[in-house]
Amino acid sequence: MTKMSGAKALIQSLENQKVDTIFGILGGAILPVYDALCGNQNIRHILMRHEQGAAHAAEGYARASGRVGVCMATSGPGATNLVTGIANAYMDSSPMIALTGQVPSRSENSSYMIGRDAFQEADIIGITTPITKANYQPRTIAEIPTIVNTAFHIARTGRPGPVLIDLPKNVQAETAEVEFTAKIDARGYKPATDPDLSSISQAAALLSKAERPIILAGGGVISASASDELAKTSDMLMAPVATTFMGKGAFPEGHPMSVGSIGMHGNPAANRLMGEADVLLAVGTRFSDRATANLNSFAPNAKKIQIDVDAAEIGKNIDVDVAVIGDAKISLQMLYAATEKKLQKNGNGSWAKRVKEVKEKLSPLLKESSKELNPKSLLSELRKLLPENAIVTTEVGQNQMWSALYFKALQPRTFISSGGLGTMGFGFPASLGAKVACPDRAVVDVAGDGSFQMTLHELACSVAENIPVIVIVLNNSVLGMVAQWQRTLYNKRYIAVNLGKTPDFVKLAEAYGAQGIRVGSIPEFQAAIKKGLKSKVTTVIDVPISSEEDVVPFVPPGCGLPQQVGDY
Amino acid sequence: MEKPTNRVVSAIVENKPGVLHSVANLFRRRNFNIESITVGATERKDLARITITVNADEKTLDQVVKQLAKLVDVVKVAELDPNNIVPRELALIKVNVPSVKERADIISCVHVFRGRVVDVSPDSLMVEITGTSDKIDAFLNLMRTSGVIELARTGITALSRGSQSISVGD
Repeated sequence: MTKMSGAKALIQSLENQKVDTIFGILGGAILPVYDALCGNQNIRHILMRHEQGAAHAAEGYARASGRVGVCMATSGPGATNLVTGIANAYMDSSPMIALTGQVPSRSENSSYMIGRDAFQEADIIGITTPITKANYQPRTIAEIPTIVNTAFHIARTGRPGPVLIDLPKNVQAETAEVEFTAKIDARGYKPATDPDLSSISQAAALLSKAERPIILAGGGVISASASDELAKTSDMLMAPVATTFMGKGAFPEGHPMSVGSIGMHGNPAANRLMGEADVLLAVGTRFSDRATANLNSFAPNAKKIQIDVDAAEIGKNIDVDVAVIGDAKISLQMLYAATEKKLQKNGNGSWAKRVKEVKEKLSPLLKESSKELNPKSLLSELRKLLPENAIVTTEVGQNQMWSALYFKALQPRTFISSGGLGTMGFGFPASLGAKVACPDRAVVDVAGDGSFQMTLHELACSVAENIPVIVIVLNNSVLGMVAQWQRTLYNKRYIAVNLGKTPDFVKLAEAYGAQGIRVGSIPEFQAAIKKGLKSKVTTVIDVPISSEEDVVPFVPPGCGLPQQVGDY
Repeated sequence: MEKPTNRVVSAIVENKPGVLHSVANLFRRRNFNIESITVGATERKDLARITITVNADEKTLDQVVKQLAKLVDVVKVAELDPNNIVPRELALIKVNVPSVKERADIISCVHVFRGRVVDVSPDSLMVEITGTSDKIDAFLNLMRTSGVIELARTGITALSRGSQSISVGD
């Protein structure tokens, strides 16, 4: 037992969890914690310019590294500004801890306390209940170590996600005897690990007889670090691997059996093969509407096996024939062993041939790209210019869907984007977090001018904190994805999508002390990326593109995956 | 489509602030319908029992139970087997008494339903009645002719019969 302040107990508890970085912004109600952080050699604090950026940076850090990302803000507006980032992490199952200051839980001679509508008071516990795995508000100093242990345990295990700890100012400031143990207090929390053996043998029975098996890998494969197991399974079954948008990178997209992502803007080869398969092995995916499109024509000919660590994902969106509830890595290992014994190698290679044929016919990646600078040629070119382990983040909208279609992710944790919530402005702060987690790797944010303007103030953070990344702004002066919907689904009745004369991103970058480059051709783009990779400051590459360029092909709302429209 | 019916889900939860909020919030957020919800003590001081009646088909009920199980503060949760359940509800009913004759009629009804008269005033009676929701509905129907001035129902609380139980060991 040691006597110390709640703030010191918090910092010590974070160090015990091996936290090395906190993304945050301070304010009155979190000052004692910042004071305790003063002079700390083990934890780097990165001062963001908006709390939303702090949350996205923490998520970028988490998704690039696999470790828990930590963000921090003061009470009231600081806390509510984190909300979008917390919701984003919840939707995309990213391990994150959000620390918020709170007005005091009691005060002797003032109404500055919880429940009195005190200055900068917001009920962040109430607000974040539906977007966190759990949230805590310690009322005594003694419970801080156990709450921190529990919060990290919950954030990183099972299906990962955000956990919030709201710290009343008096609990931070007062002192008490504190004991540090490894204790975790969450008896109602029982994350799945090993799956039920009978479910494995049922799945193995289906797979061993499959003639046209297909694997659908979701973000859960990446969370569980199960890419090797996935590749082995694909190899054994001779099964093509499609991914969901969140699963991009779970399987190397240069592999002959990779067919790209399924979905509304998915790779047509993946969408087509989903309809032809007789057994679908889905791993770590929640079957989002953007991935499956119309459920009636989603893999209609396939018996479905679903592996998920979250039992509530079974039967939520689609009905499956076999449910395997467990960790993806362990489940795939067990499934491999069980299937290998039974496998009937009667395949004459016709399915593999069909996969190759469909890829050659339909995959947009294999078609020759133009010599002109457009999103497609730019993203194919970007792949050639970046090392395999470079990390690409994206914003949300056309930039994101083009990236999904034309940029091949070759390793897990190298493609980071806001999949579930679709948060414009996510990519740039996430790229900063990724760069902090992986300082020796190249980090690139593929942005649109609309999204970038939502969080570009973090250029100040990137320059001040020496976090050099590359931002590619696909600049079409419109909110491109909604403009595309208005063009194709609302009969060209455009409203509120024209961004007019967008700012001069080159000058803007320079104003922040970053480097700005405008490019108009592929050679100029190549030179700019090379310059950016060597730069000690962030590089913003402004790429003017046509405002009429669509993301194609496209599954219109209500249609099924095979009903993709548009020339590409 | 299978028709939704009323099902009773029983959850053992941490007895601490905020738990009812997260449970109620989950129902709203996931678009589940709560018919009734009751919260109270259990055989253990640190745990509370939440009994929720939901109007749901089989698939929705499966999601209700799984989503509840995901909440960290829900220690144990399951549907109570409809064939093996003892559901009870308590109602307090204030009935209008226009005449002495009606007063006698009402009191005899109360006896038939094994209720109790808990308060008497010159022109009204307060009746306490427990039982299944159907029984309370039936009693209320009889009272409507005299006029129900005020009604408070607790909603269903329930346990499984015999050896079946949703409880947490030490």
